[in-house]
Amino acid sequence: MANATTLDPRQRLGRALLDGTSHVGRLAYFVVEMFRGLPEVRIWWPRMMVEAWNIGVGSLFIVLLISGFAGAVTALQTGYQFTGSIPLYVVGTLVTSSIILELGPVLTALILAGRIGARYAAELGTMRVTEQIDALESLGRSPASHLVVPRVVAGFIMMPALTVMANAAGIAAGWISVKMVLPVTDADFLYGAQSYWRPWDAWYSLIKSFFFAGSITIIACYMGFNTQQGAEGVGKSTTGAVVTSSILILLLDVVLTRLLLNQ
Amino acid sequence: MIELRDVHKRFGSLVVLDGVNFEVRDGETVALLGPSGTGKSVTLKHIIGLIHPDSGQVLVDGKDVSKLRRQQLADLRSTIGYVFQNGALFDSMSVFENVRLGLTDERQFNDLPFARDRIAECIRLVNMDPAVVSDKYPAELSGGMRKRIGIARAIAGRPKYVLYDEPTSGLDPVNSDIIDGLVKRLADELGVTGIMVTHDVRGAFRTANRVALLSAGRIVMQGTPQEFLESTDEKVKEFLERDFGTTSFAA
Repeated sequence: MANATTLDPRQRLGRALLDGTSHVGRLAYFVVEMFRGLPEVRIWWPRMMVEAWNIGVGSLFIVLLISGFAGAVTALQTGYQFTGSIPLYVVGTLVTSSIILELGPVLTALILAGRIGARYAAELGTMRVTEQIDALESLGRSPASHLVVPRVVAGFIMMPALTVMANAAGIAAGWISVKMVLPVTDADFLYGAQSYWRPWDAWYSLIKSFFFAGSITIIACYMGFNTQQGAEGVGKSTTGAVVTSSILILLLDVVLTRLLLNQ
Repeated sequence: MIELRDVHKRFGSLVVLDGVNFEVRDGETVALLGPSGTGKSVTLKHIIGLIHPDSGQVLVDGKDVSKLRRQQLADLRSTIGYVFQNGALFDSMSVFENVRLGLTDERQFNDLPFARDRIAECIRLVNMDPAVVSDKYPAELSGGMRKRIGIARAIAGRPKYVLYDEPTSGLDPVNSDIIDGLVKRLADELGVTGIMVTHDVRGAFRTANRVALLSAGRIVMQGTPQEFLESTDEKVKEFLERDFGTTSFAA
């Protein structure tokens, strides 16, 4: 059989297309299996609570730290670009909108892709190569309801919650920072934040975080489940999960922005 | 009864099973011998539906495993205990929780007093003290202990069939004898049907009613231990001589 390195570019493209199609098919089957595991609430609920705690409490510090710094830098750069011809209250609008619409959900998602995505892929990958997933199946139990559903549901619950906290931290840090570089009062900042505020922006932020949660947890679990070839395979799955879900987050960001904000 | 009919399986370009025909009658213990990499574990995984054949049939109690629906397959699996080569215990669960998962009947699983008694009984059967090991995690156990807990988990649900994937490899002679004795007891006293993949030919001859040799993806010989020893088949002789020397068996 031809080795991948001996194939010509057309054959490589063909193989990549076949591999890609195969992954799409297997991912679809994986998601169907996950939905089949949903009715077994008694099994996944306790594990989901543990996973939710791990995601939420375990990620809170790093999420608040990074979103806080992002808010502060956004505010400071806004201050740098102010020439005096724009009313100062606009800085409140800029910081609030950029955090809620983009930085809060996207940064939180990218942090969790690294932190939770890598962890899930490594955990499940190790379970695959040590035959623990096979053992679960051999006992007539569903790996989906024991292993996948708790992780995915926990992600869907905690990701929006973390995004709300990241948004709050980013705006608060931006508010404090901008006061250090511009003569903006609290009233100015609040006026700017409120004058262009639409409740839809908050929903948009949450909807994005919901999609990002799915892309992180489902991709990571899928990669872990399809791990092959021992420790090297676990490493590949972990890297693959982080890279794939990060790219998917950025793609979804563009698609959702087009669909939800530019109708 | 377990029956494999002309089972073929390949992984990529590697042909692993090339027309395996194999039958295990109820109450029998059959040892599946063969050199490493000949598809013995793959054969076991076909029986429990973890791997599906490219062609051929795997029948358990007359049901074609690869054609069963999800729930039917889960029901079938609850009648089969599978002892994995390295135990395959769940890292995040204690020994107690691991063995409890072997209680495939949900009522027994949820009946905590019953579960406690049954788990302790199974742990004692594999020569371990439930008071000592129940709360330990797999990482705190030696390889041999993990393997024995894997056996305890496989038999906890009182399965009709038990598939042993190298149950004694890596165990010291004392514990190997205990496991061999357990396999024989399960068969003799409880009528459990067993298939044991092993490299331990002496253990296989002690515990199995029949022995089969898998080589190059095919069963090249099956018969009683005596027939096996007396076989003139070159592959059988080569296998026995390479590992132990035929004369030592005769002795």
